[in-house]
Amino acid sequence: MSSIKVYVPTDTTSVSLGADKVAAAIKQQAENNKVAVDIVRTSTRGMFWLEPLIEVETREGRIGYGPVEPHNVDALFTAGFLEGGDHPLRVGKVDDIPWLAEQQRRMFRRLGATRPTSLDDYHETGGLKGLEKAIHMVPQAIVDEIKTSGLRGRGGAGFPTGIKWQTVLDCSGSEKYIVCNADEGDSGTFADRLVMECDPYSLIEGMIIAGLAVGAEQGYIYLRCEYPRAHKILNQAIETAYAEKILGDSVLGKGKRFDLEVRLAAGAYVCGEETSLLESLEGKRGLVRAKPPLPAIEGLFGKPTIVNNVLSLTAVSDILATSGGEYQALGVGRSTGTMQFQLAGNIKRGGLVEVPFGISLEELLYDYGGGSASGRPIRAVQVGGPLGSYLTEAEFDTPMTYEEFTEIGAVLGHGGIVVFDDTVDMAQQARFAMEFCAAESCGKCTPCRIGSTRGVEVIDRIINNEDREQNIELLHDLCDTMDAASLCALGGMTSLPVRSAIQYFHIDFEKEPEVNP
Amino acid sequence: MSSSVEFFDPAADSNKDYGTPISEPASGNTVQLSIDGKAITVPEGTSVMRAASIAGIDIPKLCATDSVSAFGSCRLCMVAIEGVRGLPASCTTPAREGMVVRTQNKQLSKLRRNVLELYLSDHPLDCLMCPSNGDCELQDVAGKIGVREVRYGLDGKHHLGQEKDRSNPYFTFNPSKCIVCSRCVRACQEIQGQFAISLTGRGFDSKISAGQEQSFMESDCVSCGACVKACPTSALIENSIIKHGRGHDSITTTCAYCGVGCNFDVQVKGEQVVNMTPTKTSKANHGHSCVKGRFAYGYATHKDRIKTPMIREHIDHPWKKVSWEEAFSFAAQKMKGIQEKYGVNAIGGVASSRCSNEEAYLMQKLIRTGFKNNNIDNCARVCHSPTGYGLKTTLGESAGTQTFDSVMKADVVMLIGTNPASAHPVFGSLLKKRIRQGAGLIVVDPLQTQLVKSPHIKANHHLQLRPGSNVAFINAMAHVIVEEGLENDGFIQDRCDQKAYKLWREFIATPENAPEATEAYTGIPAEELRKAARLFAKAPNSAIYYGLGVTEHSQGSTMVMGIANLSMLTGNLGREGVGVNPMRGQNNVQGACDMGTFPHELPGYRHVSDPSARGQFRKAWNTTLPDEPGLRILDMFNAATDGTFKGLYVQGEDVAQSDPDTQHVEAALGSLECLIVQDLFLNETAKFAHVFLPGSSFLEKNGTFTNAERRISRVRQVMHPLGGLEDWEVTCGLAKALDCDWDYSHPSEIMAEVASLTPTFAGVSYDKIDRIGSIQWPCTSEEHEGTPIMHKDMFVRGDGFFALTPFIPSDEKTSRKYPLLLTTGRILSQYNVGAQTRRTANTEWHPEDTLKIHPHDAEARGIQHDDKVSISSRAGTTVLKAEVTTKVQPGVLHTTFHHPVSGTNVITTDNSDWATSCPEFKVTAVQARKVTQPSQWQRRFYQRHEDQLGNLHGQN
Repeated sequence: MSSIKVYVPTDTTSVSLGADKVAAAIKQQAENNKVAVDIVRTSTRGMFWLEPLIEVETREGRIGYGPVEPHNVDALFTAGFLEGGDHPLRVGKVDDIPWLAEQQRRMFRRLGATRPTSLDDYHETGGLKGLEKAIHMVPQAIVDEIKTSGLRGRGGAGFPTGIKWQTVLDCSGSEKYIVCNADEGDSGTFADRLVMECDPYSLIEGMIIAGLAVGAEQGYIYLRCEYPRAHKILNQAIETAYAEKILGDSVLGKGKRFDLEVRLAAGAYVCGEETSLLESLEGKRGLVRAKPPLPAIEGLFGKPTIVNNVLSLTAVSDILATSGGEYQALGVGRSTGTMQFQLAGNIKRGGLVEVPFGISLEELLYDYGGGSASGRPIRAVQVGGPLGSYLTEAEFDTPMTYEEFTEIGAVLGHGGIVVFDDTVDMAQQARFAMEFCAAESCGKCTPCRIGSTRGVEVIDRIINNEDREQNIELLHDLCDTMDAASLCALGGMTSLPVRSAIQYFHIDFEKEPEVNP
Repeated sequence: MSSSVEFFDPAADSNKDYGTPISEPASGNTVQLSIDGKAITVPEGTSVMRAASIAGIDIPKLCATDSVSAFGSCRLCMVAIEGVRGLPASCTTPAREGMVVRTQNKQLSKLRRNVLELYLSDHPLDCLMCPSNGDCELQDVAGKIGVREVRYGLDGKHHLGQEKDRSNPYFTFNPSKCIVCSRCVRACQEIQGQFAISLTGRGFDSKISAGQEQSFMESDCVSCGACVKACPTSALIENSIIKHGRGHDSITTTCAYCGVGCNFDVQVKGEQVVNMTPTKTSKANHGHSCVKGRFAYGYATHKDRIKTPMIREHIDHPWKKVSWEEAFSFAAQKMKGIQEKYGVNAIGGVASSRCSNEEAYLMQKLIRTGFKNNNIDNCARVCHSPTGYGLKTTLGESAGTQTFDSVMKADVVMLIGTNPASAHPVFGSLLKKRIRQGAGLIVVDPLQTQLVKSPHIKANHHLQLRPGSNVAFINAMAHVIVEEGLENDGFIQDRCDQKAYKLWREFIATPENAPEATEAYTGIPAEELRKAARLFAKAPNSAIYYGLGVTEHSQGSTMVMGIANLSMLTGNLGREGVGVNPMRGQNNVQGACDMGTFPHELPGYRHVSDPSARGQFRKAWNTTLPDEPGLRILDMFNAATDGTFKGLYVQGEDVAQSDPDTQHVEAALGSLECLIVQDLFLNETAKFAHVFLPGSSFLEKNGTFTNAERRISRVRQVMHPLGGLEDWEVTCGLAKALDCDWDYSHPSEIMAEVASLTPTFAGVSYDKIDRIGSIQWPCTSEEHEGTPIMHKDMFVRGDGFFALTPFIPSDEKTSRKYPLLLTTGRILSQYNVGAQTRRTANTEWHPEDTLKIHPHDAEARGIQHDDKVSISSRAGTTVLKAEVTTKVQPGVLHTTFHHPVSGTNVITTDNSDWATSCPEFKVTAVQARKVTQPSQWQRRFYQRHEDQLGNLHGQN
């Protein structure tokens, strides 16, 4: 009798919600019941409210149960879940869950379906197609394909990837680098982690393609140190890729070299900024560099360097596997392709939503998110990380594209969406923005180094109703100064959450101060 | 209408701070841009800030200064550029063709005010009591931008009231005044190359830290002062400024320590020196300094200075203070009496490499015309005399071939027996900068010097040869190059004597010169040497720098010729980036030699037997001149102990401490009937003197020094001589008492005489030096501005001469009795005999001389760190404290001679260079053992020291 396949995820979210314990419980129960069960450790589908989501291979396809806790396992066996039996936790055929079915997953299409470090799974699901194609292309053709796709950097700045690559390709010299920015630190973001934990080969493939495109033979993944699981999985995947001649001195046996290494970051948010990332990667203090020179021209160790986000590089594998034109056809205007939105905070159905640009916040918050987790009205949403503007319901119908968001003084950033209900105190949120900047400032430029600390103090005075009017004016002046005079986006964008909080939620700044007992 | 400024980058001629360093694009391209309506053309790569500054538009700045790279942190220098988003920092934005820049508008003014307000919200506003008051960039900028209030209040988070770091004797770090601009960090990294200062913490907690949150003295700081100079506030400030306030006047002069010859701006209040800062426009040091020149000048006014002439009949008698006239007349009578009794050759003089060119010139003139013999020598005898001989023989001129700046074009640098980071620190920093830029480095040294490995420096090859095997090494280098066909045939054919080359080539190709054969002597693995030879020969520009580790050997002259041979063989002469560079130890070794303070040479290296040269001087000096060379220093001592030499005039040299075989020197000095010592202090030699003539420090006189790159710079008086006379006036006084008809009223007249009699100095004058800053000789005419690079189209001697350099090992060999080799050397904080540096706070770094010994040798002898160790050679015995370290190799000991009581030269022997008698300080066979008591010599030393102090203080 062949054994029944049961899929249990291994990513950080699922494991933290008990996936390992559930897997052990299933194994134990199967042994007790003398049933042959093959527990396959896959990864998450990105539907976090259902994790741990257990899937069983049946004739109809994979049937899901979630969220499963270890104490549910007994009942699941009793309910015959191995044959897809009914149970209150049964969510039906996973691929048919509307939340998932309605997305347009391209880069995330393997999410939860494959074993993360299995190269066979990757290959069987269309992996390496892009690289197999790229290896036969001349560098300029690869760069042209990326240009055609209209892909823009997913790290937050939205700079056209093809143009960056062209700059590096045009630099003379043989020593160039591909650096993947995997220092994912924005609040409410996890898409990079999902790629690395669930589909590491798609990133590796994208980096090799980038190397072929610009003539670089060395890549580094600068990985956030708080991602130990991603670290382990990436290293396993890289080891396998070397063993299978995908990495090394002859990529796919075609004589071109590409080496790849993971470097652990040291826990500074500002090192997600590309120039301080490069400093850190060189072993130095993570200080922001002045630009010019652009990293594309003088980057790592002073050599031409592509610094791309995890999602950008993953998109590259997809674009090369299909075509730049196909990718470009998705989305709206100059915001082409799909975007990986991450729903977090006070939201009922949090998780990863990959859809073409142009969807509205409202659809994301209510259709996908199902409203707040607390059931109270959503009062504010912060899009694009801790330096993103706070938005109110009035902005919820804004189509999510780079252009539209710029229009309303907001940013898409890395696609993180953090939801707050009506109990939020936006003066405290404004204070938090300054506090965050003060905690994470590299300390190089004065507006950010001193300004953020002064910002906290000024907001405290506003909250305490000390010379409130003058201090609000001073806060605006400070925001102007940090905005225009900071060296990088950390100091330069802290004004966005602060100002939007004052602008849309001024009432929170006008309250009587709390009297300390 | 826009006015147009022609491109002119005046940085080299001005003390103005242009904000960012000069740009010298390889392409030579320029760009034109418009700044506030002014059109200006600048070299490609020039920052907008510098371009504006050249156009006379000063953009506010705090973190930018033109001695270090732009950083872009203060954000005050923001500008508006047409077509560019945001407000870029002008310091980090390169000027581009057609750029239209605005440095002032309403938004910029407001932003600058707001940024400055942030600075001031975390700064003690106690300007009136601040040592930087009136010389503070924060204060200046605040004044220009016009901040009237700090709206944040002063009760927020701040860094005020922090503890000061007073650990360094010369400067104080006050973190409360720090604006975290990181200029000190960049200065330490980029200028000094020390990497001792860094930023720690993040955001508001960012702070400057010496070492790893250590005090400056605990850290790797070498106290060069670059950080202090770079600091825009009083966070890092000289203690002398804290004590005295700022100077009223500034006088530019030349340092009296090593052969780098740094220029300094001496700030004075009346006669009180309050600070010395390195001169920005100096071509020798480009605004950089070391701990000695920058800070260790306090000896000039030390209480030990002797300010009154003194005489005595016998060296056991107390000293008698007398007038200058009486001292001159006493000395002259004694000398005349000796000559009458023992003959004209029974007296002589030793000139000083520490004194000026003019003083050296007068010394040899006095000996030749007043003493009427050639018994004149100078202390270069004991350091670089082989350089003179070796380079004259091979290239035709007794001098280094390059400028210091030349190293910035070198692709490979080979250091032989020199440690510039310690002995020539300012050049050392420049060299390290070049190495950090990627030039290759070969270090040939028995010791593990800083250049072998230090932050961001790692030698490609450290050839750790055994002391005494230099010639075997250099021959092996040449052998490999010839054997592997790496020589530069074209250069040799065009530039060198073919006959000599052919002979030399046959010699060098013999198997005994192969590295596999020389390995037995040098201890350098043959394969490693071959690699080094290939690296040196294949680079486009390879330069050799060498020091006393080459010259102070019994084969010193051979080795110098070997170095010249190697440079000719590889075509590395006659242009920038290459050359043969002797690192001169003292400030005016080059000059003293140029001035003819040698028994065999008249000024300009003309042999005394040359009738035409002699005729020229005879005519000018209106006297007869002997045509036989006179006595060298060592000959004088030998003649003294033989009883045929009885009178000696020593100017500014402490032979009793600095010359080898101290007991022999003491015996010689003790046998003299008249010893005249002219010095700042009652030094070891003066303990044997009959006449003491107070010397004047470099701060007290006018003159010129010539550094290791043949650069003649002015020494300018900043205070009156403490003894009443400048050194040259003292020599004049003595000359007059000896019936010489001299009439100089200023050293410029002496230089004029030198110029009139010396072709290589013909175009040198004080006026010209004042005008162009300094002159590198040869300077042959009024119009000529000097010669930075020598032997450009042909060698001074015509064809370059390959001299044969057979390796003849020194007689000084290890034996069962003396199984170890002692070598002596230099350190950063102390200088030579220590007469100056011992009388400054530099002793905090080096309070005593220690004996470096490898753990193996120490272990075998039961010696532990800090134990007293007796070191004996066939010349004598002394006792030093042990420093057990792997910086020396097994079998080799190392020490210094900065403290007289160390008696280092009691051990060194009478071995010397075959050609020039330069002593073999670098190789002495010794034994070491653990003891508990000082040596006999040291006990005698203490006794004599006390007796002589008694003679000084017990005087009438």
